[in-house]
Amino acid sequence: MNKVGTIEAAMERIQDGATLLMGGFGVCGIPENLVRALQQRGTKNLTIVSNNAGVEGAGIGLLIENGQVRKMISSYIGENKVLEQKVIAGEIEVELNPQGTLAERVRAGGAGIPAFFTPTGVGTPVAEGKETRNFNGRDYLMETAIRGDVAFVKAYKADKHGNLVYRMTARNFNPVMATAADFVVAEVEEIVEAGQLDAEQIVTPSVFVDMVIKGERYDKRIEKRVNRQKSGAGI
Amino acid sequence: MTSASKRELIARRVAREFKDGFYVNLGIGIPTLAASYIPEGCEVILHSENGLMGIGDYPLEGEEDADLINAGKETVTTIPGSSFFNAAESFAIVRGGHIDITVIGAMEVDQHGDLANWMIPGKMIKGMGGAMDLVAGSKRVIIAMQHTGPDGASKILKKCTLPLTGVKVVDTIVTEMAVMKVTPEGLLLLEVQPGFTTQQVLEATDADLIVKEPVPTCPL
Repeated sequence: MNKVGTIEAAMERIQDGATLLMGGFGVCGIPENLVRALQQRGTKNLTIVSNNAGVEGAGIGLLIENGQVRKMISSYIGENKVLEQKVIAGEIEVELNPQGTLAERVRAGGAGIPAFFTPTGVGTPVAEGKETRNFNGRDYLMETAIRGDVAFVKAYKADKHGNLVYRMTARNFNPVMATAADFVVAEVEEIVEAGQLDAEQIVTPSVFVDMVIKGERYDKRIEKRVNRQKSGAGI
Repeated sequence: MTSASKRELIARRVAREFKDGFYVNLGIGIPTLAASYIPEGCEVILHSENGLMGIGDYPLEGEEDADLINAGKETVTTIPGSSFFNAAESFAIVRGGHIDITVIGAMEVDQHGDLANWMIPGKMIKGMGGAMDLVAGSKRVIIAMQHTGPDGASKILKKCTLPLTGVKVVDTIVTEMAVMKVTPEGLLLLEVQPGFTTQQVLEATDADLIVKEPVPTCPL
């Protein structure tokens, strides 16, 4: 089995109007090579499911600035000023989800669970229009699963079967997004032969992954560089 | 009192709530400062909702790694015994009641324990991030904030006016003036911070406070 593909072949799989799941937390652990290729291709009317919306000039920010995004489903979009302007102008719709709800909706989508109940957001604007049910004396909101047409994830290494390992907090939403789309592309920093990754250490089993791409260039932008002399522990 | 000394006073008092072996999530701002005042001999493991248990110091200059950040997107390091996990597992930890204390800031808190800290109608909404999950799921939620807003108005109200982050989720409120606890009877004034009187706290607070004299002063 060999799932190693080209970035061009990956781009063939995403059409105008698609729902695209994307890993990353801020610009940490984002599939930056796939995003740049998608920007060049100019695919439009995308609904993007991603915790954040990138920053100006990086990550999903590139797609937003290029007018390719119709809707964002996220938990926090505060770092992107261009998005803010486009939301005010009515060019982009934003659906905000609590971060854990977003993660669980995608997890459910990948796990064959159509909906679930969560205590998060009861009695808040998030609950509007949603079913509430009481279990054991506490109210819970019903949230529905999310699936995508395509997922772009970033891992540290892949083998040719598509097994993935991640690096530190660049893992974030990537393993979840990799489970919940019809076509899953993983871009990685290194591709090895099957058997060269320790099977005990694999985070995303190959069954979830359709194509593996070796990223050509990693900028790995740091959003907030904070050093030790400024403060004590780094939360 | 300067803003910096208010923040320090609040953070110091919050840190006294930590017990050895606790798993704690600290929000951005004053809550983060509490990490600097963890009591001697008290080992506290800090959770970062982007997928890390065991946050360490900020890195030395030149040792930053773009793949290692906290939930505020700042570069961090890890402690020995740390672990990484994905977003769904991170919030299973949160919602599942495995976090002993979440410390978070607020725009408004009320005497019923309702919290508002994510949106102001008419202003650009940035998003709630993980706040709603953290306050709904943690064993105990401590609010760390200044007692009054920039306009001098009480942030501790009879009833929140802003859209809520959570209903009946707050356990304790720590400000530069006082420590208050949400009880079934109402909001109890537990302690007054050094330099303030009970009367000053009452005057600066919109919420109805239950006062059981004598009200102790927070130890410095």
